[in-house]
Amino acid sequence: MDILQSRKKQVVRSNGQGMSIVCEKRSASGSVSQRACVFCGSRVVLYPIADALHIVHGPIGCAAYTWDIRGSVSSGPELHRLSFSTDLRETDIIFGGEKKLEAMLDELIDQYSPKAAFVYATCVVGVIGDDVAAICKKMTNKKKIPVIPVHSEGFKGTKKDGYQAACDAIACLVGTGSISGISPVSINIMGEFNLAGETWIIKEYFKKMGIEVITTMTGDGRVEELKRAHGAKLNVVQCSGSMMAIAKTMKEKYGIPFIRVSYFGIEDMADALYQIADYFKEQDRGIIERTEKLVRKEILDLNDQLEGYRQDLAGKKAAIYVGGAFKALSLIKALRHLGMKTVVVGSQTGNADDYKRLQALAEPGTIIVDDSNPVELASFVLEKDVDLFIGGVKERPIAYKLGIGFCDHNHERKIPLAGFAGMINFAKEVHKSVISPVWNLVPRRYHRAD
Amino acid sequence: MQTNPCKLCAPLGASLVLRGIDGSMPFLHGSQGCATYIRRYMISHFREPLDIASSSFHEETAIFGGRQELLEGIHNVYKQYSPKLIGIVSTCLAETIGEDTQALISQMKANNELPEDVEVIFISAPSYAGSHSDGFRQATKALVEQLCIKGETKQQINILPAFLSTEDLRYLREVADSFNMPAVILPDYSSTLDGEIWDSYQILPKGGEKLESIASMGSSLATIELGSALDNSLSAGSALEERYFVPNYRMALPIGVKATDRFLDSIAKITKNPISTKYSRQRGRLIDSYADAHKYISGKKAAIFGDEDMVVGLAGFLSEIGITPVLCASGSMRSNFGEAVSEVVKDAKGPIVIKGNVDFIDIEEDIRMLKPDILIGNSKGYAMSRRLNIPLLRVGFPIHDRIGAQRILHIGYQGTQQLFDQIVNIILERSQKDSSVGYTYI
Repeated sequence: MDILQSRKKQVVRSNGQGMSIVCEKRSASGSVSQRACVFCGSRVVLYPIADALHIVHGPIGCAAYTWDIRGSVSSGPELHRLSFSTDLRETDIIFGGEKKLEAMLDELIDQYSPKAAFVYATCVVGVIGDDVAAICKKMTNKKKIPVIPVHSEGFKGTKKDGYQAACDAIACLVGTGSISGISPVSINIMGEFNLAGETWIIKEYFKKMGIEVITTMTGDGRVEELKRAHGAKLNVVQCSGSMMAIAKTMKEKYGIPFIRVSYFGIEDMADALYQIADYFKEQDRGIIERTEKLVRKEILDLNDQLEGYRQDLAGKKAAIYVGGAFKALSLIKALRHLGMKTVVVGSQTGNADDYKRLQALAEPGTIIVDDSNPVELASFVLEKDVDLFIGGVKERPIAYKLGIGFCDHNHERKIPLAGFAGMINFAKEVHKSVISPVWNLVPRRYHRAD
Repeated sequence: MQTNPCKLCAPLGASLVLRGIDGSMPFLHGSQGCATYIRRYMISHFREPLDIASSSFHEETAIFGGRQELLEGIHNVYKQYSPKLIGIVSTCLAETIGEDTQALISQMKANNELPEDVEVIFISAPSYAGSHSDGFRQATKALVEQLCIKGETKQQINILPAFLSTEDLRYLREVADSFNMPAVILPDYSSTLDGEIWDSYQILPKGGEKLESIASMGSSLATIELGSALDNSLSAGSALEERYFVPNYRMALPIGVKATDRFLDSIAKITKNPISTKYSRQRGRLIDSYADAHKYISGKKAAIFGDEDMVVGLAGFLSEIGITPVLCASGSMRSNFGEAVSEVVKDAKGPIVIKGNVDFIDIEEDIRMLKPDILIGNSKGYAMSRRLNIPLLRVGFPIHDRIGAQRILHIGYQGTQQLFDQIVNIILERSQKDSSVGYTYI
């Protein structure tokens, strides 16, 4: 396979010397990027805010394809699982869709009594010139709830710009609620989406440590909590891409510092808890000890359980292609705990810093790729003869078609993979697929005598 | 306004059609998200690799037009995929900025800017003007209009399926074979989207209707066009009739005895060959099973929803077995949907609600009122099935929560048999479960 000329600098083979990789660049036309668009970036981030209306202003497709597609669960309201579209038609394209949007907001806010409404502007809206912000303002005044425009026109950048638009929308809520009674040992959890209940696992750890969580903005999220977010003493940011913007805004505006963490794998999970404990050690003398006790107990339980899987998985090879590169780092480490080696790793939206870290962590010869496509990915996994592919729905058929095991580590997953408990689930998931006897029958492993 | 839509966008249907042509690559002229979302949605149904290129519009493209991206994209697709055909599909965005994509392509061809050994065709499919099933028809029609050439009449027939499963497409090919008649099936994604396991990566999956066969459709004896909720503006069969005088037999999907009779009789008439005894036996067994099971289902009520052609086909079938399709609903934007349903439900007892242009909120509301015994439609009906505690038989597209959507046979006596057995058994299971006795003989 020849890599397209315009993409050649987005693929490197690690040699331990930190070769530079080109990233954060627009997808090449015709290359079949695995990325989506600005709208997608905004929609994924805001999606788990469960007591808000999420209205997609545009023709039907954008709303239809994002209806209930994510594994973000809610402990209460489930408005986020509905798909609302203004369903713009030809006449709206000509005469504008403002009236339709306004009427829809009027009706739906009365019907569902949400705590806020997000209005996502799609490509067409950006072209026909609907004044979404003005309508949102008008409806905010009329309905007495925040109605917030999300400037997510698909063509106005990449998925990352969609994250920014989502953070801008969140910033409209933060700072509008009362912060009285908030503990000096308190955090906001950012970039955590409560897939399969992962937030609940993490929150349990914080509870044991004695930390008050003000809001998990985008995981089992609630509007009232978001409004109080500026009362937290520390922002804990996972998923580097999506929420850094709001963390930075809150640092500037409210002086709240942030740290970057990951909840995947043993080291990164423990490291996250220790970092947070360390931050609060002055305010809470006992926190370090409680955290150590918690981590010790969790890891002790884990090690015994992992041993069985390790025996089967030792020496197997893996490819990773995920949305954000920060997660890929954790996955490499988590796979090492299972005795597995990562030989291909890439992401849709990693930045230069992420890739530098990836190169430092990856073994020599590992293929590192930014914004890849199916043709490239298929050729990499075959070349490296991997036993496992970690990715999302779009990567799954590439793996299965070639007879390779697969682990879904994207937003559709139904099994929690975060936290210490998640590490066991991860091992089970990987093990289930990699050791399946069906691979013994696939062409790359089994040649019939005829 | 829609809440939980019962339709998708036009470029999805167009992309599916292009996946049903040998060596073809769909290319969406618009934002990257359109291609990626559609891929994701279809991959979850077909469980196959499904590449769709995009020109990845950005801000300047939307202002100044996408000529450069289009040209670069075509060359990139050509380099990576070596396709025989690239189908450029416009999206909402390209159409809204007023891009004359057809003119751009013609100009590129005239200037020799495109690779020589690849066909590049254009399909206009903005989703503000039609649903995924309209996009499917628009693409079929555009292919016929842009690829067909007049030649000597050939001993072959054209079959234009609706948005069907890969198993259905295999069945259509098998039927044509049984009449000893070559058939051009447009589209035919039976192999490209339900292929075997691979030993090496197939950049473009094998299979699909051949370009030269499509080119010869104007020379066929006749066209069988499946789908009665279709007007001439979306009909490739009409286009072939008008341009090349190929008679078009448009009919509802062959689901049920009567509809399948009509389908097979039409082919027998066109080819002047008899219907295979294989089918007459299947037909006999099907009617025999109708007799065996009629009492269990007599007077039962069903709600059907999904693509217009599937709903029409199912409505006709249910009417002939004594189940009343109390609700026939579709997100369809076509004006003749109601008429097409009315035509096939004449035998049904009791009032029937027919609704086009609806979403799942409307559908659920009607179902609460009508209290059907069974829901028949795509897997997006699961949420309401769960809430209302009414069993759901999954058919059509999409089926995102079960395996084997590709292998559901909906059509012909055999497909009808499978649907029939499942419907009866779902109803039996419910009455068995609800019974305080728990009868072991039914």
